[in-house]
Amino acid sequence: MTEDDLRQLIGRVKRGALSRRGFIRRMAAVGLTAPMATQLLAIAGAAPAASQSLPAYTPTQRGGGQLKILYWQASTLLNPHFATGTTNQDASRIFYEPLANWAPDGTLVPLLAAEIPSVENRTLAEDGRSVTWKLRRDVKWHDGEQFSADDVVFNWEYARNPATAAVSIGSYRDIEVRKVDDFTVRVEFARPTPFWADAFVATRGMLIPRHLFKDYVGGTSRDAPANLRPVGTGPYRFESFAPGDIVRGTANTSYYMPNRPFFDSMEIKGGGDAVSAARAVLQTGEYDYAWNLQVEDEILKRLEAANRGRVNVVEGGNIEFIMLNQTDPWNEVEGERASIKSTHPSLTDPAVREALSLLVDKKSIEDHIYGRGGPAASNFLNNPPRFRSENMKWEFSIAKANEILDRAGWARGRDGIRAKGNVRLRYVFQTSINAPRQKTQAVIKQAASRCGIDIELKSVTASVFFSSDVANPDTYTKFWSDIQMYTTTMTQADPQLFMNQYVSWEISSQENKWQGRNIVRWRNEEYDAAFRAAEGELDPVKRAALFIKMNDLVVGNHVVIPVVRRPLVSASLNTLVSPLSGWDSTIAFLYNWHRTA
Amino acid sequence: MTQYVLRRLLIAIPSLLGISVILFTVLALAPGDPFEELATNPAVPPDVRAALRASLGLDDPVHVRYFNWLFAMLRGDWGYSFVSRIDVDDLILQRLPTTLIVIGSSQILALMIALPVGVYAATRPYSIFDQIANTLAFIGFSLPTFFTGILFILFFSIYLDWLPFVYRSDIPGSGLPWFWEHVKQSIMPIAVLGLFQGAAWTRFVRSAVLDVIRLDYVTTARAKGLAERVITIKHVMRNALIPVVTLVALSMPAVFGGAIVTEQIFRVPGIGSLLITAILANDTPVIMAVTFVVSILVILFNLLADVLYGWLDPRISYR
Repeated sequence: MTEDDLRQLIGRVKRGALSRRGFIRRMAAVGLTAPMATQLLAIAGAAPAASQSLPAYTPTQRGGGQLKILYWQASTLLNPHFATGTTNQDASRIFYEPLANWAPDGTLVPLLAAEIPSVENRTLAEDGRSVTWKLRRDVKWHDGEQFSADDVVFNWEYARNPATAAVSIGSYRDIEVRKVDDFTVRVEFARPTPFWADAFVATRGMLIPRHLFKDYVGGTSRDAPANLRPVGTGPYRFESFAPGDIVRGTANTSYYMPNRPFFDSMEIKGGGDAVSAARAVLQTGEYDYAWNLQVEDEILKRLEAANRGRVNVVEGGNIEFIMLNQTDPWNEVEGERASIKSTHPSLTDPAVREALSLLVDKKSIEDHIYGRGGPAASNFLNNPPRFRSENMKWEFSIAKANEILDRAGWARGRDGIRAKGNVRLRYVFQTSINAPRQKTQAVIKQAASRCGIDIELKSVTASVFFSSDVANPDTYTKFWSDIQMYTTTMTQADPQLFMNQYVSWEISSQENKWQGRNIVRWRNEEYDAAFRAAEGELDPVKRAALFIKMNDLVVGNHVVIPVVRRPLVSASLNTLVSPLSGWDSTIAFLYNWHRTA
Repeated sequence: MTQYVLRRLLIAIPSLLGISVILFTVLALAPGDPFEELATNPAVPPDVRAALRASLGLDDPVHVRYFNWLFAMLRGDWGYSFVSRIDVDDLILQRLPTTLIVIGSSQILALMIALPVGVYAATRPYSIFDQIANTLAFIGFSLPTFFTGILFILFFSIYLDWLPFVYRSDIPGSGLPWFWEHVKQSIMPIAVLGLFQGAAWTRFVRSAVLDVIRLDYVTTARAKGLAERVITIKHVMRNALIPVVTLVALSMPAVFGGAIVTEQIFRVPGIGSLLITAILANDTPVIMAVTFVVSILVILFNLLADVLYGWLDPRISYR
């Protein structure tokens, strides 16, 4: 599809000759992700007023009784700016709301904003340097105070102050926020910013009230009483909270959306384990909804047989993948293992990498290990299933792998292990301790052994593997082994942050205390150039093409091997309508949750 | 006596200090990081994480952190949870009632089983009752609580659908229905813990009573023509239970410490589950506070057990 075709298509959407959904589908056919396609419409001035991918809200009155949600991890705090981890973000989301939510199809849904900014309405600057948000005028905080632009500006001041120690600082420190009038704010960027929907949107954008937090900016932030007794704008008011156990809310009867919320009260109970959480919904019906069920699919299917509830599978961008170290993890160069100055003796050979990628039996891994929770993946950048690059294909073939290695001169030695000169194909393959990962490791090891590659498996406790402990040699950011596997998460509908994992200036090394994001330590000028271009590219079509190119570069060079996508799996009672989005918090659409008879 | 108690209390101070040094060092040496979740979140820049660590004093050397903790503790400041961002004492106080109710009731249940069964079995050794009681006791304390817990859930919650298996500390409502809800959800965790403890204590009570029942003074009492019931209750039990009292006193710190596994299975928000989540999240101040309080209680109840022992058995003197 050329640029002209696209402009024509957008024109048809603008004239109303083509539905927005039809447009997104066509974009999908050429490998554009839904969020991108919709942002494309937004910038081109055909932004949707509201997402079309949410189920209709049918109840005509309130009074739906109690909603009981079960998380196997408990929330520990209720200030969204301190919320580390999904559980805390979700618990805060009951009470606090952002300006807009991400819908399942990657469109923005206005919440505290009156409308989604667009070029057409002159709320989105054409040079990509500012975005103007118009706010709803009918929103009141739970204590009766009026919600206004001052609150929005305050959140920026609060979060960007390093002394506040907010984890949301990354979204706020590089922007300027100006109050235009009482119900309008303008976000200004230092550079042209194609992805403008970060600050004040979704998980990072939950707004806290100025009148309760204004005395607690900076060093005193931890003393704010409202940290534990939230006063927000959301569909449920705060009732009680026991950190690490349960959070409860009651219906906010003066909520700004009609007939909402449906339930009189709601609670999120935390703790326990995923299997029994699934049981409590699917088998005994004690709870209405159970979050993040990383449970073997067979068990879920057996529980579903009770016919009380269903399993929800929501697609996002998370992916379980394998990394092939491009530096030498076993020999020190200038006192550093896996130094960027070294090269891996065999994994820098494209033939070896290609052979390894042919040895991952993704179909068996999907069928026998992950089930619905892990469909086989051929791309690293995976957005909703219909929207991914069509250029990458995966294959499992031991014969082909053997052929490639033979051709590249890796001959089998006496012990059956291939070698060239004094370099032997022996690898240490590490991952965190987690049953499906150990099974996947075994599947790959077996295939590799039939190909003359000897793999030693290593499993590290998750709390060590995923820690940022500089003193520990087994963390995933140090990657002091040949091969490793884990899930990387995509927390936004935009891939910019996600794709910086392979740029050369992010390489993880001793110098940056192994906090760089490029853990595989791959350097590619073409990739760097594409990323730099995408950062400043305002034309969404060109920008999308750049990201697809980056995906194809990193996957096509077999530096990483995508294994399975990891959609979010949860369980609901059959009677519960619980709209979920893979691009936003579980709780994002809580205001629409209801029960059918 | 007072002198003895005072001396013991003074000895307790260095041992507590020693305990705290060991706990703190072990925690400092353990791998992990309270901001692990931030590490895997691409949206949080590394320098934000570093600033957060610095603001909570995590980058100071171990000994500086230890003395900061110690002086704060001496002033009554239990510390500040990294994960919940509130004071640790609030966190513990919130969990205390549930722990006391659930674990306390299970200990009472255990005593109510162990005393009558143990004494009765000992008065009729090797009878059918004794054999059955022994067998059950062996089964009871050889089955771990995580196994019986799941067994109970499968049978009572899933097969029979009688009892809920998710414990809720704040059930809304009041009056009888509210009370009944609490009873219903507590039955399984209390039974699991109580039966396990009870089985062990039954064996102990039985052997303690058997030791006493063969002594000459019991035969004398029989010769006086006293009723068997009077002999058992007034003469045998009083002496036999002295070691049992010690045992029970020593298990009291556990009531505070909670039952980690059982609390996890039934989602009881007690001290045990607080401790395990704190350990998993590397929330050092919470781990320190809970373990330190438990060690204080262990030392206190040890002293209490010794004092009680002397009071119950005047033959023992303190020097």
